[in-house]
Amino acid sequence: MKVVVCVKQVPDTKGGVKFNPDGTLDRAAMLTIMNPDDKAGLEAALRLKDQYGAEVTVVTMGLPKAEEVLREALAMGADKGILVTDRVLGGADTWATSQTLAGAIRNLEYDLIITGRQAIDGDTAQVGPQISEHLGIPVISYAQNIKIEGDSVIVERQYDDRYHVLKAKMPCLITALAELNEPRYMTPGGIFDAYKAEITTWGRADLKDVDDSNLGLKGSPTQIARASDKVRKGQGEKVNLDAAESVDYIMNKLQEKHVI
Amino acid sequence: MNLEEYKGVFVFAQQVDNKVSGIALELIGEGKRLAEKLSAEVTAVLVGSDVKGLADELAAYGADRVIVVDDPELKEYRTEPYAHALASVINKYKPEILLVGATAIGRDLGPRVSARVHTGLTADCTSLEIGDFPINPIPGKEQKHNQLLMTRPAFGGNTIATIACPDFRPQMATVRPGVMQKLEKKEGAKAVIEEFNPGFTPDSKYVEIVDIVKNITDTVDIMDAKILVSGGRGVGSPENFKILEDLAEAIGGTVSCSRAVVDAGWKRKDLQVGQTGKTVRPNVYFAIGISGAIQHLAGMEESDIIIAINKDETAPIFDVADYGVVGDLNKIVPMLTEQIKAAVANK
Repeated sequence: MKVVVCVKQVPDTKGGVKFNPDGTLDRAAMLTIMNPDDKAGLEAALRLKDQYGAEVTVVTMGLPKAEEVLREALAMGADKGILVTDRVLGGADTWATSQTLAGAIRNLEYDLIITGRQAIDGDTAQVGPQISEHLGIPVISYAQNIKIEGDSVIVERQYDDRYHVLKAKMPCLITALAELNEPRYMTPGGIFDAYKAEITTWGRADLKDVDDSNLGLKGSPTQIARASDKVRKGQGEKVNLDAAESVDYIMNKLQEKHVI
Repeated sequence: MNLEEYKGVFVFAQQVDNKVSGIALELIGEGKRLAEKLSAEVTAVLVGSDVKGLADELAAYGADRVIVVDDPELKEYRTEPYAHALASVINKYKPEILLVGATAIGRDLGPRVSARVHTGLTADCTSLEIGDFPINPIPGKEQKHNQLLMTRPAFGGNTIATIACPDFRPQMATVRPGVMQKLEKKEGAKAVIEEFNPGFTPDSKYVEIVDIVKNITDTVDIMDAKILVSGGRGVGSPENFKILEDLAEAIGGTVSCSRAVVDAGWKRKDLQVGQTGKTVRPNVYFAIGISGAIQHLAGMEESDIIIAINKDETAPIFDVADYGVVGDLNKIVPMLTEQIKAAVANK
């Protein structure tokens, strides 16, 4: 069984957000991590490796620095890492990104492709389903549980008020929720090996069956009209009183605003 | 692609169990507003099995036309038949704009459809406008008019970006539930109803539904609540949420919570406010023992009145609170509940 996992290196927006003196985001000062949903997807693949001896190949698209997440994946137990990087691929929206990754994956054999549901920098949840569409295979998004049964995969697919148990014949693409599992840590031996391991690097020329018009900034249907750091609502009042006075304060405000 | 051929504002009218989802009505309301600026009509696309009867409700909330794709294969949501239905509607009717709810359904359907018809898709929009792209003229570059400008938060709510899709149609967006306004219901309003069936032939992309497991829940959807009493990790324990429930009952509100509370297993995910939970904008939002991570703020800062109670006076929640109270929630909340009860009883 062969499993391809797509991962993304993202700035850590949780807690580690840094700002420049002018209030803009200081991206350079922020730590990068393997996107949490992707990491859960990788863990799911590694469990298939533990259980069925699946071969796990991890693919990422990004700057050369993104090699770091591939080494992390190898240290967790993945078999092979492929970095897709090329200047002409830069500035891609989700259409061009999914075209790029589909072009890379066409070179690989796979029974399952696992991506995270969404990345914490863009939060779009689009790239996984779009890859599946380009490859002409079924997609099951928002997976909260994955099992293999013969040549099919059985997945619990989460919705707001329910989940569906879905069965699809492989090959199939699954997008993983962070709550799918608790990803394992890298092992010391794994880290050692991962830093010696060879990472495969692919550029534009290595992508299969993709037209230039679908790649990079030029191949992106969506374009940024304006971007700015969020201007937050101004701070209101803040009081530091004893408990009884605090209650009076809130009661006054609720009555003033006709809430009660 | 001849962009001129694409006309009108279409919305995907999501239904689940043959009940129209709130987001469908919100999108019709927003679609109508955009359509007026384009001197166009708003069309609701209703996809399901035995759903034709829902068309009148969509008309009552402002749909000028309803395209009904009705087929037994569409009984429950599945990516492939729904994507086929919506992509076929696009190919036949050529809408200029297509809005889809950023729900667990729409965030799967939208990308699959946009990839099939080759157009752009902007995710989780919180504001839509008709305007020029580029926004300001750039020498040597054509400025296109009447473009859909789609605004969305990114970077965990730290940045906000406005996106256009100038060269492809339809201009597609998924829109966060709870952000757009539905129109007032007009009983008896009628829409033009068109039935369309592109044919559904199951293949390997049609996954099989083995089972459907519904969460048993007796609570109101927090997105519909006028008053939310929301608790965070500072509440201390699942048992201690009792004091929030008492306050909610006294003031006629509903209890919600932060992500930390869901992660700790104290509350269910459907009560979670924030970037990975629900966007809410009640009349009054009590943030009790919530520090106010940026992802949380992204889901509640549009509330009319925000009242924060937290013992840490540096908590970021105070940056968005209209009324911030530094203090011990265990003392303040029960006293507040008693006073509200007394005030209500005296009315």
